[in-house]
Amino acid sequence: MSVYLDYAAATPLDPCVEKVMRPFFQKQFGNPSSFHTPGKEAKEAIQSAREKIADILQVRPDEILFTSGGTESDNLAVLGVARANFTHGKHVIVSAIEHHAVLEAALFLEKKEGFSVTYLKPDRDGIVTAKQVRESLRPETTLVSVMYANNEIGTIQPIAEIGNAIQKYRAQQKTVFPVFHTDACQAAGYLDINVEKLHVDLLTLNGNKIYGPKGTGLLYIKRGIKIQPLQFGGAQERGLRPGTENVGGIVGLAEALKITQTEKEKEAARLAKLRDFFISELLSKLPKVRLNGHSTKRLPNNVNVSCMDVEGEALLLYLDAAGIYASTGSACASASLDPSHVILALGLPYEVSHGSLRFSLGRSTTKKDIQTVLKILPPLVEKLRAISPVKVDEKYFS
Amino acid sequence: MSFRQDPISGHQGDVQSRQKGHSWFYSDIVKDHFFHPRNFLVGEPDMSRFNAIGKVGSPACGDELRVWMRVDPETERIKDFRWKTFGCGSAIASTSMLSEVVTEGQGLTLEEARKITPQSIMERLGGLPERKFHCSVLCDKALRDAINDYYRRTGQFDKMMVEASRMIDHVSKVTDADIEEAVLDGATTLEAVQARTKVGIGNPCVLPAVEELIRFYKEKYF
Repeated sequence: MSVYLDYAAATPLDPCVEKVMRPFFQKQFGNPSSFHTPGKEAKEAIQSAREKIADILQVRPDEILFTSGGTESDNLAVLGVARANFTHGKHVIVSAIEHHAVLEAALFLEKKEGFSVTYLKPDRDGIVTAKQVRESLRPETTLVSVMYANNEIGTIQPIAEIGNAIQKYRAQQKTVFPVFHTDACQAAGYLDINVEKLHVDLLTLNGNKIYGPKGTGLLYIKRGIKIQPLQFGGAQERGLRPGTENVGGIVGLAEALKITQTEKEKEAARLAKLRDFFISELLSKLPKVRLNGHSTKRLPNNVNVSCMDVEGEALLLYLDAAGIYASTGSACASASLDPSHVILALGLPYEVSHGSLRFSLGRSTTKKDIQTVLKILPPLVEKLRAISPVKVDEKYFS
Repeated sequence: MSFRQDPISGHQGDVQSRQKGHSWFYSDIVKDHFFHPRNFLVGEPDMSRFNAIGKVGSPACGDELRVWMRVDPETERIKDFRWKTFGCGSAIASTSMLSEVVTEGQGLTLEEARKITPQSIMERLGGLPERKFHCSVLCDKALRDAINDYYRRTGQFDKMMVEASRMIDHVSKVTDADIEEAVLDGATTLEAVQARTKVGIGNPCVLPAVEELIRFYKEKYF
């Protein structure tokens, strides 16, 4: 028996998605750039996927750029916009809890290319406000990037409000800057991604989080936005992302997005109920546990808790041995060895960030799964607490 | 008092995981010690059972270890060695392994125990993932801290070896040695230590770690 609760890291491929992808590996393997019938068929498959996605985002097909995933899309958005518009200014604003794909790209601009970067500190619940963004804008600001929903703590940002504030600023100042980007990878399965309502100019999505194939993603780029490519060597994707297209992947991404967006309300309601049951039971059953992130402005599939006095990786390994697959932003579990930058940015001490544990729910998660975790987790935490010398005072995490 | 020039290098004779294919995963011995830790201290320490204590690390650096030791005053052999560890799998497993190594047979003498290297612990564990090396570096440091404490308590000050102090708060530049000194001077509450050192003022993230240290030094000296 095992319980997989790491859907924010990877989802299984939806069988319906796999079915539409299958022809493109053996039968319709042509190169979309080739000037013959198999090539034309592949090109048409990409075009129809593009139109399908454009329809969901309510944008024009030529505003969709296919990439290799969320990281590439984020990198392209941040580096591509900043570099293409540096003559206007060299200031970029990001939230301090962005995915590393945005954060490290911004850091690169700061350290290597002479940009100045404002890192917006969220409140204790992980929320960044439109007012904060507005107050950080400068005449030389070319890009603002704030993620739609956080991958670690699930907090949902007021993207439409931020976008609205930026639009007003642009109208007042009679400028086209700053450009507004959001990373919507975690949000796509559960929230509205209509870009007009969100007032965003760029939006990142990927397949891996929405029961689509790994290694697929897209960047929505509003017409007229100047962006510089990261790779060179071909005319694919209007020369902005050269390289032979991942035809099967692109077809799969479109189908996965269609399915998740059709089912999002129903699935969000189901998971939110399970999430709230999980959180309330956990907090009442286990002492010295804190919920990280906002309690309601939160992805319906995200539960992030810190079990005080124990280290996240140790707990993760005990859970793994018991057949429960979760995740942590804690020091030793990630390749970086740094404690979660997200939890530290909330103004919480190392003790909280090292003990954080993320459970992310998904399509196959049942109430029985949650009850299994509620039965197995508390004794494991108590076992590790028995060998821990740390006793954090309640005032530091409540 | 002698000074250790190069406390722990870890550059020479690095023991690497034998499981090259999955460098992330632990050996069977590590797993055994991690899932079934030996000799950890149950509950609160009964100081009549021990005559030396040691500590290293803090949750800020990801691991914290405390050890309690009973040394036979006649032979200066380690007769009992108990521990508590906050940390990842390899930190827990390596402390557990250390507790077995120092109490094997008659128990190691303090001079023998002082020679234990991270490499030797790692060898006994069947290797660790490369980037986990720092974890077992910590347990031998906690042991040496306890050995120093034994020599201090028995008045053998010439045998103590001073280890480099560790920065606790990068903002106020306060080290663990500064906090130790403050506690020795009678500052036994957070407020009193802060009045003396300014630790954590402007960097409240370190406060839980500071309170931990105060608790430890109080236990050590009072």
